[in-house]
Amino acid sequence: MAVADSATTSEGTVTTSRGGQDAERVPTVVVDDLHVVYRVARGGGGGNAAASLLQVIQRKPRQLVTEVHAIRGLTFTAYRGEAIGVVGRNGSGKSTLLRAVAGLLPPASGAVYTQGQPSLLGVNAALMNTLSGERNVVLGCLAMGMTPAEVAARYDEIVAFADIADEAIQRQMTTYSSGMAAKLRFAIASAKTHDVLLVDEALATGDAAFRRRSEERIRELREAAGTVFLVSHSLGVIRETCQRALWIDEGTLQMDGPAVEVVEAYEERYK
Amino acid sequence: MARIVGHITYPHRMVESVPPVVGASASPAPKELAARYGLAQSGARPALLVYVRQLWGRRHFIVEYARARNQAQYTDTALGQVWQILTPVLNAAVFYLIFGLLLKTSRGVHNYISFLVVGVFIFTYTQRAVLSGSTSIAGNLGLVRALHFPRATLPLASTVMELQQLLVSVVVLCVIVLATGEPLTLSWLLLIPALFFQTLFNCGLALIFARVTSRVRDMEQLLPFALRTWMYASGVFFVIHTFARTAPIAAQVVLKGNPAAVYIELVRGALMASHPAAPYVWPLAAFWAVITFAVGFVYFWRAEERYGRG
Repeated sequence: MAVADSATTSEGTVTTSRGGQDAERVPTVVVDDLHVVYRVARGGGGGNAAASLLQVIQRKPRQLVTEVHAIRGLTFTAYRGEAIGVVGRNGSGKSTLLRAVAGLLPPASGAVYTQGQPSLLGVNAALMNTLSGERNVVLGCLAMGMTPAEVAARYDEIVAFADIADEAIQRQMTTYSSGMAAKLRFAIASAKTHDVLLVDEALATGDAAFRRRSEERIRELREAAGTVFLVSHSLGVIRETCQRALWIDEGTLQMDGPAVEVVEAYEERYK
Repeated sequence: MARIVGHITYPHRMVESVPPVVGASASPAPKELAARYGLAQSGARPALLVYVRQLWGRRHFIVEYARARNQAQYTDTALGQVWQILTPVLNAAVFYLIFGLLLKTSRGVHNYISFLVVGVFIFTYTQRAVLSGSTSIAGNLGLVRALHFPRATLPLASTVMELQQLLVSVVVLCVIVLATGEPLTLSWLLLIPALFFQTLFNCGLALIFARVTSRVRDMEQLLPFALRTWMYASGVFFVIHTFARTAPIAAQVVLKGNPAAVYIELVRGALMASHPAAPYVWPLAAFWAVITFAVGFVYFWRAEERYGRG
């Protein structure tokens, strides 16, 4: 193990080691022994109708609701001005953590305290592909809580950023290529600034030129936002855009430290 | 590689499933730290009045979302939005075919076609509002887990969506009622308060079943049967008064006082000179609307922070 001083370092000592900069460190997200439990798979899963009926009649004890304990006791504090990368394998709880920070998934125990309203970057779920790009810009912006006046003010800027032609914006989104659709979704989602911004793999969309512009935009958002969390499987992106990183495995915190070192340790483990 | 902002150094921690030391000296507990800097609990349920204000702030989204959903329904058909009108027309045609031409069962009701079509359209409004309300959270978990907004937005939008459908149906309805010989009178204006009360009532039911179904998905399978039973008991096809003449008083009160029967009665009274509404239906309509909406709203709000869990 690369880092051995963990046993003596308890929560909160983070502040003490920073000497003169203490006064500037304003926490924006405090995660306190967070546990998150998903409810999935109902009705005893698969099986045929007769078998299920038999189970009901025989009153066999069976699991009606399967619970997935996705986050198992996370504790950390994020400060203003930080860009924090979150790494971990698939299913380790990264996206769940972001949703819990955003207040979208309730904690089973523990708590998340935040400055303002953290927002996930992404409006995919609010959009309707059978409608025109134009309608989706309006719908997505309203879903993020903009007023119609704000939407009207931002509309041109969003379409220009997505780089979609006037003719195409009137067409149904089902006619878009996946790259075009991804660009438009990113353009809509990034139209609003947030106190605490949570980005889940949003950088890996579009062509090279768009990717460069979207990274630029993320940086702008990050400067406007207090704190940014970035979930990505691209370790290069984490190393380049984040100073700090959290490594999560099976819902527990494996490591918390400078991005370069955490990424290194993570690569070491899974190479 | 070097886009590291500032020169911040972090004490790295390697956490090896050691629980954080509670109450360690010189380090504030996370909770105290949060309190000191005025951080609020993320995703906590807002107070009722704050919630109402947030919801009001989302009114444009509610209407736009409902409109978009309605339009998205028909975009892959050749006739497109024409279906919004065609659907109620065909509905009415089916009922005319079966009850008017084949069965000829007017059961002594004057202007049976209009009587029937009003009943069917008005009941369908409540029926569809309950069904789409019940799936508004359970069927939109992706949205609930992606964006932050007052969750009541979804069941309310689903009711607004059904209201938009109904308004198209009402135009068809008015044409049918006029064509069957009813006069156009001032009492038609009563349609507006009647539909207002029914909409309030429907919103209440949508909120209630949105919460119930979000926890117990089986409700979605059960509801259609309950709703069909309700339809047969609500005087859609017959006059409750004649039908239940021999029933015990309690049964008569339940049949006549049930909200669906009341709203159907109101609209028949407004549009059809041959079926004046009984005087008791107006206070009853307002009562059901206000009670159901208030109960539904508070009931839904009380689980606000938990809808993301599924």
